[in-house]
Amino acid sequence: MTEPAVLSITGNNGVVMARQTVRSLAQDCRLSLVEQTKLVTAASELARNALIYGGGGTMTASIVDEFGRRGVRVVFADQGPGIADVDLALTDGWTSGNGMGLGLSGSRRLVDDFVLDSAVGRGTTVTITKWAR
Amino acid sequence: MSEQVPILQIGQVLLVSIQTDLDDHAVMRLQDELASRVVESMADGVVIDITAVEIVDSFVGRMLATIATISRLLDADTVVVGMRPAVAITLVELGLSLGGVTTALTLDKGLRVLERRRLEAAAGDGDAEPGAVEAGFPPGGAIDS
Ligand SMILES: Nc1ncnc2c1ncn2[C@@H]1O[C@H](COP(=O)(O)OP(=O)(O)OP(=O)(O)O)[C@@H](O)[C@H]1O
Ligand SMILES: [Mg+2]
Repeated sequence: MTEPAVLSITGNNGVVMARQTVRSLAQDCRLSLVEQTKLVTAASELARNALIYGGGGTMTASIVDEFGRRGVRVVFADQGPGIADVDLALTDGWTSGNGMGLGLSGSRRLVDDFVLDSAVGRGTTVTITKWAR
Repeated sequence: MSEQVPILQIGQVLLVSIQTDLDDHAVMRLQDELASRVVESMADGVVIDITAVEIVDSFVGRMLATIATISRLLDADTVVVGMRPAVAITLVELGLSLGGVTTALTLDKGLRVLERRRLEAAAGDGDAEPGAVEAGFPPGGAIDS
């Protein structure tokens, strides 16, 4: 188990840094190229959501070993307004702004484990994991 | 600071090659810049080379689709070239079909798509031609995961 990488996402550059940090962990974890690409894409979506809707947040990324499996886990947390209707937010094409409404639903498809925890007025935490095969 | 992506003009074609991981601001700036360059240069084609691009997320995907739509309105065709197989696979799973964006596997093939369109336009016939993959992935079917 390596030290988790912690990053604050407070501007556009934070989204770029999030992609680069996750890419490098995915390589260390020996995910396949396609798996790396899926994980980094999901991270990019969630980092942008934390920035735009959460008003900024943090990303914590690490390599995890669980039940004999190895993978990369990334946690995005913000203290923004939270999501009132999580099912709606996870619907393909639903956006409250002018996005395409694919970030949350799409990243859920791109990873192996996806946990969305949000409370109105307190913020949103999304935890994703991609396991090496 | 976000980077500026150079836009090259070769004859009637504007060529953009994305070489670095662009932040969202730079992506938007590229979109705006390309639209004004299409008008200024009277180009009839735009090639966006994403050979070096490691991921296309919803933001970049939307930019590609928007550039294709804008340039169509400005009487130019857009071809996106060099998409990596892993990127294509990921885009499909993300839910982005990029319908309406013409793709070609290589820069060379992309330029030939534009050349053919130009000839057809000159002949007064704007039909789609084989070779260009319209509205869908995988580009050219060269996908293995
Ligand atoms: N961290 C967050 N805090 C508050 N609301 C959020 C957060 N993330 C997502 N949402 C809400 O969920 C909706 C759907 O998010 P999603 O990422 O799927 O789409 P989008 O960001 O609107 O568009 P896209 O990501 O496709 O450009 C958002 O429009 C927003 O209302
Ligand atoms: Mg989003």
